[in-house]
Amino acid sequence: MRKIIELKNITKSFDGEVVLDNISLDIYDNEFITLLGPSGCGKTTTLRIIGGFETPDCGDVIFMGEDIKDVPPYKRNVNTVFQRYALFPHLNVFENVAFSLREKKVPKDEIKRKVTEMLSLVALKGFEKRSVTSLSGGQQQRVAIARALVNQPKVLLLDEPLAALDLKLRKDMQVELKNIQKATGITFVFVTHDQEEALSMSDTVVVMSEGRIQQIGTPVDIYNEPTNAFVADFIGESNILDGVMLEDRKVAFAGHVFDCVDAGFAKREPVDVVVRPEDVDIVPEDKGQLQGVVTSVTFLGVHYEIIVDIKGFKWMIQTTDFCDVDEKIGLYIEPDAIHIMKKSEYSGMFGDYSTYSDEMEEIGEVEIGELAEYEEQEAAPAESETEK
Amino acid sequence: MNRKTNALVQRLTLTPYSVWAALFIVVPLVFVAYYAFTDSAFHFTTENISRFFTATSQLDDGTGMREVHTYLVIFMRSLKLAVISTVICLLMGYPLAYIMARASDRTQKILLTLIMIPMWMNFLIRTYAWMTILQDTGILNGFLSAVHLRTVHIIGTESAVIIGMVYDYFPYMVLPIYSVMAKLDVKLLEAASDLGCPGPSVLRRVIWPLSIPGVLSGVTMVLIPSISTFYISQKLGNGKFFLIGDAIEGQYVANNLHFAAAIAFILMVILLVCMALMQKLANRKIIVA
Ligand SMILES: Nc1ncnc2c1ncn2[C@@H]1O[C@H](COP(=O)(O)OP(=O)(O)OP(=O)(O)O)[C@@H](O)[C@H]1O
Ligand SMILES: [Mg+2]
Repeated sequence: MRKIIELKNITKSFDGEVVLDNISLDIYDNEFITLLGPSGCGKTTTLRIIGGFETPDCGDVIFMGEDIKDVPPYKRNVNTVFQRYALFPHLNVFENVAFSLREKKVPKDEIKRKVTEMLSLVALKGFEKRSVTSLSGGQQQRVAIARALVNQPKVLLLDEPLAALDLKLRKDMQVELKNIQKATGITFVFVTHDQEEALSMSDTVVVMSEGRIQQIGTPVDIYNEPTNAFVADFIGESNILDGVMLEDRKVAFAGHVFDCVDAGFAKREPVDVVVRPEDVDIVPEDKGQLQGVVTSVTFLGVHYEIIVDIKGFKWMIQTTDFCDVDEKIGLYIEPDAIHIMKKSEYSGMFGDYSTYSDEMEEIGEVEIGELAEYEEQEAAPAESETEK
Repeated sequence: MNRKTNALVQRLTLTPYSVWAALFIVVPLVFVAYYAFTDSAFHFTTENISRFFTATSQLDDGTGMREVHTYLVIFMRSLKLAVISTVICLLMGYPLAYIMARASDRTQKILLTLIMIPMWMNFLIRTYAWMTILQDTGILNGFLSAVHLRTVHIIGTESAVIIGMVYDYFPYMVLPIYSVMAKLDVKLLEAASDLGCPGPSVLRRVIWPLSIPGVLSGVTMVLIPSISTFYISQKLGNGKFFLIGDAIEGQYVANNLHFAAAIAFILMVILLVCMALMQKLANRKIIVA
């Protein structure tokens, strides 16, 4: 795959406040790449730098091998679908879509052909003469996409294009957008703060927080292998616990020693442990690796979401088995359901489902319990082996 | 019950305004029309109206004395000066409105105040001020000779009248255009730029068509009062550029109320037609390729 856009060490501040902090990102040909992050993390600013509406304080913007930092927007082979569409109210649907072609003095019959083609691509045939102000949100959205695509840009930038649509229309447009991207082969740089949307549509997801890129990867990678507590918490639901890596493939957390599949950490290195709610099995109390009390049960259609109090830490578990509040249950976690992350600045900020702040304080201390047991065993390995 | 009393209350609160409007707008208009179509004995006549179109007088147009239609000539002269002033106001006001709309909040406030300050001064005083500036021995020529430049003769020329009119009506051009421009969504300009338009193209294809409603109301607000301008022409034009407003005033002062009313009436009809046309233009969906 060919690199289309490279952002190299981009930094940008507004009024002395750093909004983008040393961002580096490669965007490849034909890719559907999504910038995902909470409000104010710098997604729009990144997009505007690619579009040419902001100039970075430092760093380079490379477009197909050329530095375009000083190229004005109208000379860039990049088009934008704006957050609120920004359709021209004085022009009808046809003229909105034809806008860039008229600027390029494309012959009349070719304009007609191209605009008609685009309007049928976005399923707006027959709307040519309509005033854009008379269209519904979804229709305006599609005019904006057609207008940006008619020029056949190398890259299409989309800033939360679906944010203003209702859920049903949003889902439809997600599929439609993905189809359009496949049909045209144009690189899409998509901005959203909806993690589900990001995971379902993208080839590559870029998770941002506070002006920095936290992780770049495929949706599956991002979900299964989050690099830090922020990503784990932002993408899907997660139980994030403090743990200690005892040795390769052995980790202690919640007062128990678990087998896991991660290796390569220093001995006794403190780590963050992620367990997804759907990866926890509920077993009879005596068969579980952990024991706890159910504190709440919510029925969500396909599954129940239950909160389990295990030594003060509230776990979220998704299960199809019904449990009663105050029931004592056991939990079992498969080794490959345990994901180990290095400690980061986000450690301890996320991952507990308690609603009471006094319980929050208990996070952060690794329970000794079984750990002491493990240490005894390790001190006398021969002994324990003969036992087996 | 509530609804009925509400409607009643609404009517009652509106009454003073209705009375005011009737008293000071409708009644005077009726009187103008009444005077226009009656003679001094208050018998119906179209004499006054036809006099406007037929009255002739001798005029020296440079090639010798000629007989001309007095009031039509005066009207055309008024129209010419009004159109020139309006065009100048537009040419100066449009860029200023654009710059203001894009400036920082502080600059916008300062510029707005600067534009409005002259409106706080009495119109006669403003005109006298221009006389002292433009006179052959006035401030302007004093300055020019002080820096050893050729002095200019402006007072008593059409230019002087135009300067006075532009100065008086300029705010009425800038303010409506500014208010439309200030509301213009910056995203639209970015979208145009994104779609391949360099600056001048953005101006021509997006800013201009979207600011037309402001331009039309600015033009209306300058053209109409400047057509019926008087006094400025007497003071800055040394009375050489008799305008339709001066004609009305002259007839009124000469106690020729019926003919003064007829001129005013004709002017009003012409302006109403102009305004209706403008409104039509403004309401049309403007599609520019
Ligand atoms: N022109 C500007 N002047 C000053 N501050 C700005 C400007 N543009 C953005 N910012 C600030 O930069 C930060 C990042 O803004 P940005 O619009 O990139 O966020 P975002 O990730 O797109 O958020 P959202 O999801 O809410 O759209 C915010 O704190 C914002 O206030
Ligand atoms: Mg944004």
